[in-house]
Amino acid sequence: MISAASIRRWCWIHKWTSLVCTIFLLMLCVTGLPLIFHEEIDHAFSKFEKPADLPADTPWANLDRIVEAAKAAAPGQVVHLVYSEDKEPDHLYVSLGDSPAAPLDKDTGVIVDSRTTHVLGKQKYGEGGVMDVFLKLHVEMFAGLPGKLFLGVMGGLFVIATISGVVLYAPFMRERSYGVVRRDRSTRLKWLDLHNLLGVSVALWIGVVGFTGVLNTWADLLLKVWQFNELGAMTASYKGQPPVTHLASLEQAVATARQHEPNMQFAFVAYPGTAFSSPHHYTIFMRGDKPFTARLVKPVLIDAQTGAFTDKRDMPWYIVALLVSQPLHFGDYGGLPLKILWALFDVVAIVVLCSGIYLWWKRRNLAPEIDLVVTDAGSTPNAVGLEGRLS
Amino acid sequence: MPIALAIATAIGLLSALLGDGIWDGLSWLLLVCPLLGVVYCFKAARAVRQLPRQNHRRPRS
Repeated sequence: MISAASIRRWCWIHKWTSLVCTIFLLMLCVTGLPLIFHEEIDHAFSKFEKPADLPADTPWANLDRIVEAAKAAAPGQVVHLVYSEDKEPDHLYVSLGDSPAAPLDKDTGVIVDSRTTHVLGKQKYGEGGVMDVFLKLHVEMFAGLPGKLFLGVMGGLFVIATISGVVLYAPFMRERSYGVVRRDRSTRLKWLDLHNLLGVSVALWIGVVGFTGVLNTWADLLLKVWQFNELGAMTASYKGQPPVTHLASLEQAVATARQHEPNMQFAFVAYPGTAFSSPHHYTIFMRGDKPFTARLVKPVLIDAQTGAFTDKRDMPWYIVALLVSQPLHFGDYGGLPLKILWALFDVVAIVVLCSGIYLWWKRRNLAPEIDLVVTDAGSTPNAVGLEGRLS
Repeated sequence: MPIALAIATAIGLLSALLGDGIWDGLSWLLLVCPLLGVVYCFKAARAVRQLPRQNHRRPRS
């Protein structure tokens, strides 16, 4: 049993961490709801051509031809990334920008049929309509890296609010068992019980999605750390060398990477000079073929001038943590039923957030009722005044 | 009960991450548990509204 003083402390923590972050968390929950289904929504409203109807095991066309086709569709631009998604091997995405170092989020994406090299469509990032607005709001509130880090701080407060809420569940519920709601006394008391019960029911989901969301806000910074430390060490011998004048064949480079990681699949390649690569290399990211390892990528560096193998290295623990945390935030790793569950959890989280605001607001306006609650507070001496405290 | 729901959530979240097929199914089953808990609590809160409100204001002791 925790002491009355520490209950008071936890109440204070719960109240203030919640009050500060709730409005942002509501925005995140509401914008996150459609984002759970972004694949389905994107597919339903896709204005791109469908890939050719070919047998599932049709091999990819030569990657150099695919890149040529994408460049022809975006004249004057340089290639940043070429990537595939494991759920749709018939698509390849080529991301192009004004210069090698231009930011990736200003890129134009060209979608190519991976077997025929036919261009299926192109789109500038951030111009995908309402879903991109939701995404921008959810990730950074249209405020770039500072917006992202700010939401990370709000997420951190939310995780603390969740933990403190769980700590307070037992003293607040006292000897009442799970599922018992005091519904006949006042609306506020009923919602206090519901807030506690719903909150504790989904607490772990909320905590996991909140925490992994916070980790995601550090993605840009972690990538910079990786580029500086790991990538820097792998390509140290290239320092000061003249820039690449002629790009070696990408098809050959990927084939070389496959030879060095025969049990892995091609995930994406970063062209020289981009955020995921060095100025002198194709960095080819390979992924595993098991459900879990498919999330983890391993970079293989290929000299972009000569096409020769340079180095390969497993990702450091912080990138692994980031990659593992992403599905736990998105809920995109167990088919459509998991996404639906994710959405339902999200709705419950919205109810918990709103009831939290309601309880705080009511408490401010309804002091007499609280007196009643306080004097009526159960047999546990620690619990005396609890409901009144959380205001 | 909250501890049981947390354990169900934890195993549910991890099983789909570590495997496909049957593991996804296990994940769906386990993650439904906390949501059923939520429905149960809502029902508990709702049931009374239909009854006449008696003693809704207890005398101060």
